Amino acid sequence: MAESNRELLTRSIFKRNPIALLVLGICSALAVTGQMTTALVMSVCVTLVVAFSSLTISIVRYHIPSSVRIGLQIIVIATLVILVDQILKAFYFELSKQLSIYVGLIITNCIVMGRAEGFAMSNPPLASFVDGIGNGLGYGMVLMSVAFVRELFGSGSLFGIVIMPLTTDGGWYLRNGMLVLPASAFFLIALIIWILRSIDPSQEEKE
Amino acid sequence: MLHHLDIIIRAIFLENLPLSFFLGMCTFLAISKQVKTAIGLGSAVLFIQVITVPINNLILNYLLTPGALAWAGAPDLDLRFLGLLCYIAIIAAVVQILEMLLDRFVPALYNTLGIFLPLLTVNCAILGGSLFMVERDYAFTESIAYGFGSGAGFFLAVVCLGGIRERLEYADPPGGLRGLGITFISTGLMAIAFMGLAGMEM
Repeated sequence: MAESNRELLTRSIFKRNPIALLVLGICSALAVTGQMTTALVMSVCVTLVVAFSSLTISIVRYHIPSSVRIGLQIIVIATLVILVDQILKAFYFELSKQLSIYVGLIITNCIVMGRAEGFAMSNPPLASFVDGIGNGLGYGMVLMSVAFVRELFGSGSLFGIVIMPLTTDGGWYLRNGMLVLPASAFFLIALIIWILRSIDPSQEEKE
Repeated sequence: MLHHLDIIIRAIFLENLPLSFFLGMCTFLAISKQVKTAIGLGSAVLFIQVITVPINNLILNYLLTPGALAWAGAPDLDLRFLGLLCYIAIIAAVVQILEMLLDRFVPALYNTLGIFLPLLTVNCAILGGSLFMVERDYAFTESIAYGFGSGAGFFLAVVCLGGIRERLEYADPPGGLRGLGITFISTGLMAIAFMGLAGMEM
């Protein structure tokens, strides 16, 4: 393994961001970004699931027959997601209602499967764990930036705390209704992809 | 009957899985470069959705809900926390069985849907359909209607995007937007267009 753990951690955040460059796991990325709080919780959940599923799969990687590996990976991931889901329901019931089905959908989040299949199956446990955390953070970063713009300009608040008082409540800020709509997440992600690819032109797609 | 029709219309236009809930985005964006492949993917999703949503409904009602296992001597057992594991296992199994059956009996259809089927196990639209069914407490017949409607909605959206992307071949966007970026923007515009249908009622 040529790369150090620190490289493993940082490369997924910028150089090989799972959402912006590898186009993985966008489903949930778009849906939970209306508010900072839900985006933060979702990022934490995904980071935990990726890290621990990579760790588990990496530990047992020599004992998995390759013909049933996908099934096994899904079972490991589904079990972890059930754990996260139950913990959320027990301690943060309001949040789990807001995230509704998207916590369950972490199972089919391609980032988790992608890291299990692409990295953990062929690397030692510690490196896989760090790689999982790195990917979770990369996912979280995009999620948080989209949520930041959407909540600040869409509802004038951050984490539910009013930053710019809305005209409807007697303040001065006329909110941008489009950012509350789910469709705005598409435009914001397109913008992030555009920025990242302009900084690093080698990522541009060929004609 | 009208109630079921309402569920179908709702699932296709108002609560379209990819466009208003962003489910199945990965496959949605990856396999929509041409109308032809988009039709293949769309029909595969429709097919699986019609089968898995009702099956998962039966699993929920006859195995997992509290009291469902009363006949086995466990009237207080609440297994709903195992739901996720069961649904994904059912989906994986149905996909696998369907692939083998199609290969054996309907080779023509297998050639069209074949390559898309394995992808669908990890497609959020399929799992999402089942989870929405659970969340909204659909009865068995309603779950059939919902399965059909949500699948048809995915079909419609992916074929439309396929058509748009075929046209985009001739456009000349800035380098960084080429490919993925411009696809995101077109999808966003499409989602806004679909929102124009909101408020429609049967």
